Amino acid sequence: MTLEKALFIVFAVIAIASALNILLQRNPMYGALSLIGTLLSLSALYLTVRAQFIAAIQIVVYAGAIMVLFIFVVMLLNVPKEQPQIEKQKGLRYLAIPFAGAMIAEMFFVLRSVPPRALPAVTSAIADQAVGTTWSIGVGLFTGYLLPFEVTSVLILMAVVGAMVLARREGD
Amino acid sequence: MTNLLLEWVIKTIVILLILVTAVAYVTLMERKVMAFIQMRVGPNRVGLGKFHLWGLMQPLADGLKMIFKEDIIPLQANRFLYIVAPALSLIPALMTFIVIPYGDKITIFGRTIEMHVTHMNVGLLYVLALTSVGVYGIVLAGWSSNNKYSLLGGLRSSAQMISYELALGLSIVSVLLYTGSLDLVEIVDAQAGFHGLGWNFFRYPLLILVFVIFYIASLAETNRTPFDLPEADSELVAGYHTEYSSMKFVMFQMAEYLNLITASSMATTLFFGGWNGPFAGRLPLLGPVYFTLKVLGLIFLAMWIRYTVPRFRYDQLMRFGWKFLLPASIVNVIISSTLILFWR
Repeated sequence: MTLEKALFIVFAVIAIASALNILLQRNPMYGALSLIGTLLSLSALYLTVRAQFIAAIQIVVYAGAIMVLFIFVVMLLNVPKEQPQIEKQKGLRYLAIPFAGAMIAEMFFVLRSVPPRALPAVTSAIADQAVGTTWSIGVGLFTGYLLPFEVTSVLILMAVVGAMVLARREGD
Repeated sequence: MTNLLLEWVIKTIVILLILVTAVAYVTLMERKVMAFIQMRVGPNRVGLGKFHLWGLMQPLADGLKMIFKEDIIPLQANRFLYIVAPALSLIPALMTFIVIPYGDKITIFGRTIEMHVTHMNVGLLYVLALTSVGVYGIVLAGWSSNNKYSLLGGLRSSAQMISYELALGLSIVSVLLYTGSLDLVEIVDAQAGFHGLGWNFFRYPLLILVFVIFYIASLAETNRTPFDLPEADSELVAGYHTEYSSMKFVMFQMAEYLNLITASSMATTLFFGGWNGPFAGRLPLLGPVYFTLKVLGLIFLAMWIRYTVPRFRYDQLMRFGWKFLLPASIVNVIISSTLILFWR
């Protein structure tokens, strides 16, 4: 238990520090790399609550696939260092503060109703079927949440087809 | 708890040492096999004093030479990322091996030791996750070198790895459907039947096709020759590691060979029964021997392909990945799941 707590604190600090670094970095490459750091430490946090499947998928999908595309774009654009930083609408900057406040308030409102709960012991049979393992997510996706799951996949399919149409338009 | 931790530490160190030695000797094997295929002799001089030992000390000499080379960092390079990139590509390559089982339980000094470092119920996903993270080393090396050839190599590598990862992942799905577990230890245990010959490859004929897809995709993931576009010497000088020298260059080479070893071990585990073989159940020490032999066979296959098949053109590579391998593996998943639905 103490080991898990220690790991949680270490990775939580890394996650928050690299999230702050995303905001503070002017170089887009460093920003993207910090985002990868956040995603990787989030995956470690999932492991401390024994959600192995979610942790692995977090790395495969976000840190592995999506962030490679981000880095790809940053590399291709290769923003020069001396580019003047023009802010088009100065007022929008101050709008960020109330929005951030609203987001934090919402988060606290949602998390208030979640009761603190102890994790099952490592050796118990329930641990294999706890929330976040492959088994429980598979069962959840194909029984209780079948409709939302299928609707989401249709949504993604629509996005793919839309991207194909947009990319094809200028070629021929 | 302390005992368990100590066991993990010892196993990890042993695996690390074995892997690093194996990498050194796989490079020698590569040179020997290349020489054999090109009807040459290959390195055969470096030995111990009077004994030439068929060139067995060559990796040691190579290592010493590389350590004493000058370590150059280009002036216009991004210093931090340039130094970090080789480590970023080596560390995931070393981390993968902890979930691969290489033998049955053995008992030493009254203590049963399982021959795998750890055993997690998402072992396969762990390997996939690490291979996808391994791209960053190559991409960042290409970008931070501030060299056009390096940049092109890095870009090609990231595009190639994203495209072939899909085919790789989907080809594994049909193995998962047959064995019903993501845990590599359980996948190997499921193949123990028929006197140690109940390998997936023999039991399910459809998996022969899946193995071909898996092997091609893993060759592309490890940047081996028909797919070595990221370092295509004839057009890109050396690709992403053009600017690297000394031990940083060695770290990239090590990562590449480690990835080759990991890919071959994964193929062994998923299709060829892992450490299973005749009498492996009765004599536990035979397990690692069978495992090593199978992995070496697959590595030899990769080298054979490397020296006989010419390199793809970039558009051919992309077309082959997206329009042939990916649909083929999707069709495989559909056929396998239908078969399982009707036969169980």
